[in-house]
Amino acid sequence: MISVKNLTKYYGPSMAVNNISFEIEKGAVVGFLGPNGAGKSTTVRIITCYLSATSGSVSVDGKDVLTESLDVRKKIGYLPENTPLYTDLSVMDYLRFMHNMRRSETGGNGKNRIKEVVSTCGLETVSHKNIDELSKGFRQRVGLAQALVHDPEILILDEPTVGLDPNQIIEIRNLIKELGKQKTIIICSHILPEVEATCNKVLIIHNGEIVADGTPSELRTSFEGKGRISIEIKNELDSFLSKVTRVAGIERIITTEKITDNLIRLDLETIKGIDPREDIFRLCGNNNTVLLEMKRSETSLEDVFRQLTRKEVHDE
Amino acid sequence: MSKILVLTGKELKSYFNSPVAYVVITLFLLIAGWQFATSLFLANQADLRQLFGIIRFILLFFIPAISMRLLSEEKRVGTIELLMTMPLKDWQLVLGKFIAAYILIGITLFLTLVHFITIASIGSPDVGATFGGYLGLALIVGVYLSIGIFTSSLTQNQIIAFILAFVIIFVFYILDKIIFFMPGFIANILEYLSIDFHFNNLARGVVDTRDVLYFISMMFFFLFLTTQVLESRKWQ
Repeated sequence: MISVKNLTKYYGPSMAVNNISFEIEKGAVVGFLGPNGAGKSTTVRIITCYLSATSGSVSVDGKDVLTESLDVRKKIGYLPENTPLYTDLSVMDYLRFMHNMRRSETGGNGKNRIKEVVSTCGLETVSHKNIDELSKGFRQRVGLAQALVHDPEILILDEPTVGLDPNQIIEIRNLIKELGKQKTIIICSHILPEVEATCNKVLIIHNGEIVADGTPSELRTSFEGKGRISIEIKNELDSFLSKVTRVAGIERIITTEKITDNLIRLDLETIKGIDPREDIFRLCGNNNTVLLEMKRSETSLEDVFRQLTRKEVHDE
Repeated sequence: MSKILVLTGKELKSYFNSPVAYVVITLFLLIAGWQFATSLFLANQADLRQLFGIIRFILLFFIPAISMRLLSEEKRVGTIELLMTMPLKDWQLVLGKFIAAYILIGITLFLTLVHFITIASIGSPDVGATFGGYLGLALIVGVYLSIGIFTSSLTQNQIIAFILAFVIIFVFYILDKIIFFMPGFIANILEYLSIDFHFNNLARGVVDTRDVLYFISMMFFFLFLTTQVLESRKWQ
């Protein structure tokens, strides 16, 4: 559906996007994940025909963004960063305006379509208010309604949940999930749980480059480095400590926290792909040590993200 | 075409939803009316020439005030991103906004016809000259507006857009008042570029295509520049 090849964008001398390529299939819900200023918005702005690339090509459904720009724009519903809106219009006037501007795509039945969008986005109660009287949450929904008004095949949302309260965030996410059943969606975000909750594909962008892509679970497994096990044990501590590092799969003791004279908590680092929990349990039994607690922590997408984006900084 | 008019409609709604339109129209009519009334009794002549002079002077300030927000505000708020990702060509965008501002001023100018009616009821004004004058005013408005929309495309700041537009318009306005100090051939060029020179031809009631062409090409030139500025943003 969307194909990006060797895309590069400079703003004057500074580079925003560096030679990135990717494909988005029809029906996918893709998250662009990256720290602020990574190049997510720039990429999206090139796809929506707001900016032009310095080099490289982008095509949407086979149409090039430069030569068939108007056709591309017809297919896309776009919610820009910070949700810009015409605040001097009422919600209805605004949606009517957006709908009429796209009349060629929507056909005639504007009234029904606007009604539909208003109810999808939960705007019934405010539809006759001026936009500048609305709360942030409602504005965000107006922005979403505006992007949906012509029933586009592709929906591009740049940070759709910034500034919302937790309930509103969940509402918007559910809405996006619902829409994702029929549409191709791109979401830009620097909030990981958001991407994890809504997307079935993730591109991690950093310093203008794609540093990882895949499904959230693929990313997690491929970047699952050293695992971590924390245990809390009682009795025979000294002999346990001397033996524990010999257990297969355990690399080292990361921290030791003494709770009382006879009770400590250990954080152990394990070698990739080996699960030494059973051996630790046996060791405790043989050593007369009481195992009070044992927990293995999994690599979260957050760890992957932090690893990738921090590493890059160190490389420089 | 329909998209241009949709945009025009939205712009007009913005003007009339906020106090802008009412303030502009009222102030304009007040100043024009007051000046008209005083000069009418002083000169004791059934003539609109005074009025046209005043209106041309007021337009110097009013048009930049109306045009200053057209694009700069969109840039500041970010709504330009919505507009420019819609299936709409850049020139359609510019034209839609231009027409909206034109209509607002058009309404204002139309209301000044009341002075013509007043004069017609007490004397017999020259209908041809009046018609020519109004045509000239309408064309001047177009040129001023195209300059205003051009400066509005250059900046995010309305005040800067206003001042720039005022300066450019003022230069064109003042040109035929300084030609006396210029050597002949430069004077000829300046005279041709001067807005008032062409307006005065029309205001005499002589509608010459050369004058009309001057106004139209000025409008076209500045609107074209505006589209180029919008276009260039993509490549920054």
